[in-house]
Amino acid sequence: MGVSLDLLLGAVVAGVLLGGFYAAVSVGIAISFGMLDIVNIAHPAFIILGSYAAYIVNSSFGLDPVVTAIVMLPVFFVLGAAVYEIYYAVFERRGDEALRGLAFFFGLLFIVEVALILVFGVDYRFVEARYIGPTLHYGPIDLPLRMLVPFAVSILLMAGLQLYLSRTFTGRAIMAVSQDRLALQLMSASPAKIKRIAFGISIATAALAGAFLIIIQPVEPSIGRDYIGRVFAITVLGGLGSFPGMLAAAVLLGVVESITATFYGPSWSPAVAFGVLLLTLAFRPSGIMGRR
Amino acid sequence: MGRRLLHAMNRWLAATIFAASLAPVTAGAAEPIKIGFGMALTGGLAGNGKAALVAMQIWAEEMNAKGGLLGRPVQLVYYDDQTNPAQVPGIYTKLLDVDKVDLVISGYGTNLQAPAMPVIMPRGMVFIGLFGLAVNDQFHYDRFFQIQPNGENAKISSIEGFFAAAMTAKPTPKTVAIVGADAEYPKVATEGAREIVQKLGLKIVYDRSYPPTTVDYTPIVRAIQATGPDVVYLASYPPDSAGMVRAVHEVGLKTTVFGGGLIGLQFAALKQQLGEMLNGIICYDLYAPSPTMNFPGITEFLTKYQPRAKAEGADQLGFYLPPFAYAAMQVLGQAVETTKGLDQGKIAQYIHATTFKTVVGDIKFATNGEWAKARIIFVQYRGIAGNDLDQFKKPGVEVIVAPDEFRTGDVEAPYTDIRH
Repeated sequence: MGVSLDLLLGAVVAGVLLGGFYAAVSVGIAISFGMLDIVNIAHPAFIILGSYAAYIVNSSFGLDPVVTAIVMLPVFFVLGAAVYEIYYAVFERRGDEALRGLAFFFGLLFIVEVALILVFGVDYRFVEARYIGPTLHYGPIDLPLRMLVPFAVSILLMAGLQLYLSRTFTGRAIMAVSQDRLALQLMSASPAKIKRIAFGISIATAALAGAFLIIIQPVEPSIGRDYIGRVFAITVLGGLGSFPGMLAAAVLLGVVESITATFYGPSWSPAVAFGVLLLTLAFRPSGIMGRR
Repeated sequence: MGRRLLHAMNRWLAATIFAASLAPVTAGAAEPIKIGFGMALTGGLAGNGKAALVAMQIWAEEMNAKGGLLGRPVQLVYYDDQTNPAQVPGIYTKLLDVDKVDLVISGYGTNLQAPAMPVIMPRGMVFIGLFGLAVNDQFHYDRFFQIQPNGENAKISSIEGFFAAAMTAKPTPKTVAIVGADAEYPKVATEGAREIVQKLGLKIVYDRSYPPTTVDYTPIVRAIQATGPDVVYLASYPPDSAGMVRAVHEVGLKTTVFGGGLIGLQFAALKQQLGEMLNGIICYDLYAPSPTMNFPGITEFLTKYQPRAKAEGADQLGFYLPPFAYAAMQVLGQAVETTKGLDQGKIAQYIHATTFKTVVGDIKFATNGEWAKARIIFVQYRGIAGNDLDQFKKPGVEVIVAPDEFRTGDVEAPYTDIRH
């Protein structure tokens, strides 16, 4: 297929919007894995939990899914903090976090999935909102609101988190715990307490990511597994511990997938996207904006 | 006194031995007939899998209320295959070798039937497939039967109705875009589409597949749009059916005819979700509420199925797989009763030789196990307003445009105008 400029522009714009969604889905892993060294395989399950929370409120009260997610942020924060407490008490404090901790999160993934199946069944669920369906057209550029709204809120989320991490004491402590845990202890900050807060924030982002997901596509309990590879790949590609890097990686992956799907065939998209990941890591092992 | 006591004891002993000799026969007659299967109760196809299970449970309960099969109660033994083909061989090995089931039936979907065949065939079991496309084409197993009415040449007959309907559109189509997911069913379906398109002399201007885990389908639809096809044929599973239909609306696809083999549009959940976005799409189906499809028993079955499905979180309409899952059990049950046993060879011979009267009409199987005469219908969605499910229970929302035997209306085109 020849390269039409209109088609290329459309593909790039679609890829950027998709990248914004990928960033929201990955930011929790950027915190838990990138900063805290916790391999939270269960993060996609919490995202699905966020989707179902949005679904319940939307179908019962007609409340917007994004608004629902914002209201649910404290609930998911507390949930994340509780999960970390268990993880810390059983695994991290004993030095068993490597393999047994991983098994813990795998188990959590399946428990959440099965619980959702038992409660909601296996049918696909969806939400209704005024921006699901309409599209803004600007010449050759189409902006489906279903993708644009999650993108915009995702950017706000990234900006808010970056400000929090760089401008507040707790935020800087979270950055510090990933760099030098002992130094943080010498500053009279408890690493465990800081990690608890950080993990809580990581799971809280899943509430928003889940709302975005169910806006973009129908959701059923096992769909989270499709995202496990993507979220870790984006986090690694962006550079562990770097939010701007993670955002850049998410957008890069989205654009690569979109351009490949448009011009070379959608079947090639995953291969090309992960090829870009491997190439980048070959030349820059720390990721796009990771510290060397 | 002693002699009388001895005689009494002898009579008692003889009666006890006689009763004990009857006991194994009595216990054997009360043992259930076990029908085993894997079923998608989780994963991408679980929406239909659960619905099929409800239908099969209704059949089993009805049979047991009438005294069972061969005077024995029917027991369903099933495991969740998680819509994962890798689970299927293990499930059927367990069913046959550990659970010792007497009969087997397949899970739902092409992907979940083919992996069972290497386990079923060496054991000589009769195997009724619950909706698979051309599963037996490679195995040529004479004890395989398919309940989906694809016809002998399943790859073609399940698709040709779409193109037959499309060619009646004005202006007459000349170009086609073919797109499908990278999965078993869409692969087979798009192969069939290519064969038909070549026979019709249409030009293929787009022919690609996409990974089932695709999130955003708008780049795909834009790429299709750029080639300007008159007909867009799509073969997809439920999540991508929804994604593509949404993307078609967001991009504003301009074409004369759009549709094909979108699995999912037959389900209540997706009908409710997509609502008005379905208008104008021509899609395959197996049953639509219409005067031409009023088979004996279908209304009674749906009346029983629908409230139970709602309570159990399964497909609330039950127009797609459930009547056929029920019919599959009717076929199996009738074969067992008539052959008066569980001899798999005799059951298979009987099924090959018989025309069955079921809730989905008469079923006669061809030598390859498919229906002797295909009965895939193609419907065009029209006049859908909002997302209410009850509108789909009335005739006229799904207008049957092919085949002629069941047709209730002509194709309306172009799709670009109709979808509004």
